[in-house]
Amino acid sequence: MDLLGTALPALAEAFSLILQPQQLTFLVLGVLLGLSVGVFPGLGGIAGLSLVLPFVYGMEPVSGLALMVGLVAVIPTSDTFASVLMGIPGSSASQATVLDGFPLAKKGEAARALSAAFASSLFGGLLGAFFLTFFILIARPIVLAFGLPEMLMITILGLSMVAILAGRLPLKGVAAACMGLLVGTIGEADAGGSLRMSSYSIPYLTDGLQLVIVGMGIFAIPEIISLLRQDRAISRDATLGAGWLKGVSDWWDNIWLSIRCSLIGVIVGVIPGLGGSVVDWIAYGHTVQTTGDKSGFGSGEIRGVIGPESSNNAKEGGGLVPTLIFGIPGSGSMAIFLGGLALLGYDAGPQLITNDLDITYTVVWSLALANVVGAGLCILLSPGIARLTTIRFTMLAPFLFMMITFAAFQSRQSLGDLVALFAVGLLGIFLRRFDWSRPAFLIGFVLSTQAENFSFQAYQIAMSKFRRGADVGLEYIFSPIVIILLIITVVSIIVGIRQAKSIMSEGEVPVGGKRAPLIFLLIVTVYFVVSYFDAAAITMQTDRIFPMTIAFVATVSCLLLLIRMSRAPNTDVIFADREAAGEDAEAPQGLWRTLAWFAILLILSSLVGFILALAIFFVVFLRIRAGRTWSRTLLLAAGGIALICIMAGSLNRDFPPGLLQTFVELPWPLGGI
Amino acid sequence: MSITKITRWMTLGFAASAAIAFSTQVVASSHGIDLKGKTVEWVIPFSESGGSAKWAHFYAPLLSEALPGSPTVVVKFMPGAGSTKGANWFQKRKYKDGTTIFGSSGSTQFPYLLGDPRVKYEYGDWNVVMASGTGGVAYLPPDLAKKFDGDADDLKGIDFIYGSQGATRLDLVPLLAWEMLGLTVEPVFGIKGRGDGRLMFERGEANIDYQTSSSYLKGVAPLVKEGKAVPMMSWGSLGADGDIVRDPTFPDMPTFKEVCEATAGCETKGEQWDAWKAFFIAGFPAQKMVFLPNGAPAEAIATYTKAFQAVHARPDFAKISAVRLGKYPQMTGDMATATLKSGTNVPAEAKTFVLNWLKERYGVTLK
Repeated sequence: MDLLGTALPALAEAFSLILQPQQLTFLVLGVLLGLSVGVFPGLGGIAGLSLVLPFVYGMEPVSGLALMVGLVAVIPTSDTFASVLMGIPGSSASQATVLDGFPLAKKGEAARALSAAFASSLFGGLLGAFFLTFFILIARPIVLAFGLPEMLMITILGLSMVAILAGRLPLKGVAAACMGLLVGTIGEADAGGSLRMSSYSIPYLTDGLQLVIVGMGIFAIPEIISLLRQDRAISRDATLGAGWLKGVSDWWDNIWLSIRCSLIGVIVGVIPGLGGSVVDWIAYGHTVQTTGDKSGFGSGEIRGVIGPESSNNAKEGGGLVPTLIFGIPGSGSMAIFLGGLALLGYDAGPQLITNDLDITYTVVWSLALANVVGAGLCILLSPGIARLTTIRFTMLAPFLFMMITFAAFQSRQSLGDLVALFAVGLLGIFLRRFDWSRPAFLIGFVLSTQAENFSFQAYQIAMSKFRRGADVGLEYIFSPIVIILLIITVVSIIVGIRQAKSIMSEGEVPVGGKRAPLIFLLIVTVYFVVSYFDAAAITMQTDRIFPMTIAFVATVSCLLLLIRMSRAPNTDVIFADREAAGEDAEAPQGLWRTLAWFAILLILSSLVGFILALAIFFVVFLRIRAGRTWSRTLLLAAGGIALICIMAGSLNRDFPPGLLQTFVELPWPLGGI
Repeated sequence: MSITKITRWMTLGFAASAAIAFSTQVVASSHGIDLKGKTVEWVIPFSESGGSAKWAHFYAPLLSEALPGSPTVVVKFMPGAGSTKGANWFQKRKYKDGTTIFGSSGSTQFPYLLGDPRVKYEYGDWNVVMASGTGGVAYLPPDLAKKFDGDADDLKGIDFIYGSQGATRLDLVPLLAWEMLGLTVEPVFGIKGRGDGRLMFERGEANIDYQTSSSYLKGVAPLVKEGKAVPMMSWGSLGADGDIVRDPTFPDMPTFKEVCEATAGCETKGEQWDAWKAFFIAGFPAQKMVFLPNGAPAEAIATYTKAFQAVHARPDFAKISAVRLGKYPQMTGDMATATLKSGTNVPAEAKTFVLNWLKERYGVTLK
């Protein structure tokens, strides 16, 4: 096949199509919209694309594509702001960035972390676009080679990252990952529709918990509460240390890491059905394994930012492969992108590549250009935005509460979202306090559905192949790709367990009394036991095996932990408790009083609706807790509410309605949906 | 500082894109309700990736042009609980100013018909303004298709694998049809969409599949051309007298009814057939409908009906819809009302039969 002969003329043609003033204007417009939307946690490509879709119909095709691709391409770039500055995973693709990015911000090196991240994003995005160019012509057989056993193996490889992130006690990491897996099974089973740990009388639970809520609850809320208790700026001494130039040169020093992680991103992105949520963890795991001195991870190792950020932009290029050549979207935003493509008069599929290669390549060019423009803008902005980390946190907190509440509500548009956010947040606070690995929990949660579905589906199909003959079955299960992945997984688990002790993914945790850690462990054990019996009561075989197995493993781990607890002295790492000593214990504000502020906002929202609750909350919080003057308070409150209204208004989003709204009909933004 | 800068950009960007869009629109004037300057929200109770999203995205810009005052029509997604969440939400809406419309699908009707406990909505309360039908095609890999000669007699005894979204969904129709033909089809449950089912077929993991018409045209027809798939049968289309006739999009393909008649042991009468036909109608010819909420006045219904009629009367409609939706009746007025009736009323015997079959064959109970 004459690859270059086909690709180059079409590339040149596409280049001349995109390099027109009008097309470039739309590209930049898309990038600006994407940046603005991506900055807000919980809002990503789906929200952004839905915003432009009504206008895409009737547009000139290349302009429309430039607008949409520009928007999608920069989301994984701009969501880094939230991950690094606030410790809030901006989207599922930048969860791993939080682990080292946020500690860097706390050290006053936010600008460095941001610019390293943006340089990595830029590079990953360009590499992704480059591969997309050639890959798209030959990808079909490769994508088809990834059957269910192969996807299951990638999922297991993702889960094996738990070994590295488990923390000082591997058993505790296993239990945390099992907890994530079990929480992921809550709701209607995908296979048979049986209910697990839920009931039709609480309809909210039947759909399970959403990743946005779990991500924010597990990572963001504990950090926000902890910072608020200490009553200082995010950056410990309220200064900006190393600047953005340092970040760029950090990236350059680790260029090989960046290349390897970009390749991981492209490959995982190409496989349809995996989604972006596992990419950053695999990249993070790889980064840890290939770093000589591992002691810095979790407390601000710049490589921990470069790895995941290189991979998540590269993933977008890879993700376009199945989207364009099979018409099967790899993510929600890709699904809308396909819708937009149809509005422009093109249908994704093999015929798009054969008949309209130049149009396909304008997508590639837009992707590359958008990455350059987006990352460039972000690098320029980062010193300014990084200043947020020097502001007293008490001033930032109400805005963060506002943003995470609003973002959580977007996932299901139900008051249940707020309850779930609070509940998961509480769990996150305890996981953090007792040093249960939160990354392990999140990996378990993210991969739960995939692990269950792929294992069942692969099993079912394998059985049918074995009925045809043992050789057919074995060939299906042990394909070369599966064997390679299996070897990588085993190696990564062995290496991981060996090194886990030296990696404090969340920093040093002091030990203290026995009572609190023991009570938490007992509560967790009870949850596992209840889950086990709940699953055992399900009549459908397909829906019970997975949660039963996980709950069983988890219960055994907990029992072993209990045995160790009964023998160990209270200086053992098993009794890790942040309230026993150190930063949290010495914080001027109590945990419950601080958490109560957040609870007040949620309760008020359920009574009078979000915007009215926000108004009351802002005024009371800024006046009493932050001690601002009346004029300052009112000014900030008005600014915050205006910001959220402009954003929600332009994205056509609603706010949580309360009890009041069921009696009185109020105009937007005060009213409900 | 910079945050405000971003907000300003965003507002600017939005204004700019709005201005571009509005400049291309024509100002319309008409009787009935005027929606000038308003935003119509078209609520779809599914996620952005499903067939309903495609359908709504196809219609939304056309509807925007056809409605008096050319309002912006935005599609709003409200997924959850197998679409019953969005439908329950819509049930609680009262008509206000005609800016809320709802798009239901076969997957909204099936829980309603099967008595799912989560259903709190009543189709009788809503006002249908448009109904779209569709069809479906079952297909086989080439080696197995050689054994198919218009009847399924030689396909018995083969282990079929089918990637399915769940037995209580639209997949109920193909699963029941194959069972009636005497095929042993093992469904692999838990896939996310019919596109994933097609991918399983392409990878050789599944060896039987079906797609709705538009997905078939886009995804499977190229495979057929390459010799990687062979169509088996269409589900057919509903004729004027309520009989199943050949699908106008696929006039050369036999319908399931024809195949069933030719296959030993498959009956085109009796309770099994009646149940299949009832759910087929709900799932395909009456698949997608647009509603105004409870209490909508006659002029609002007339305005939307007229707008959809205007869309259907566009000179290019046949051409653009054939590719995106297939050649199926797009109904308004009395026709739409009749479709609503046939799609949301299933004889009690058919319902009982299907509920028993689901329980015995798949162990699924709705409680």
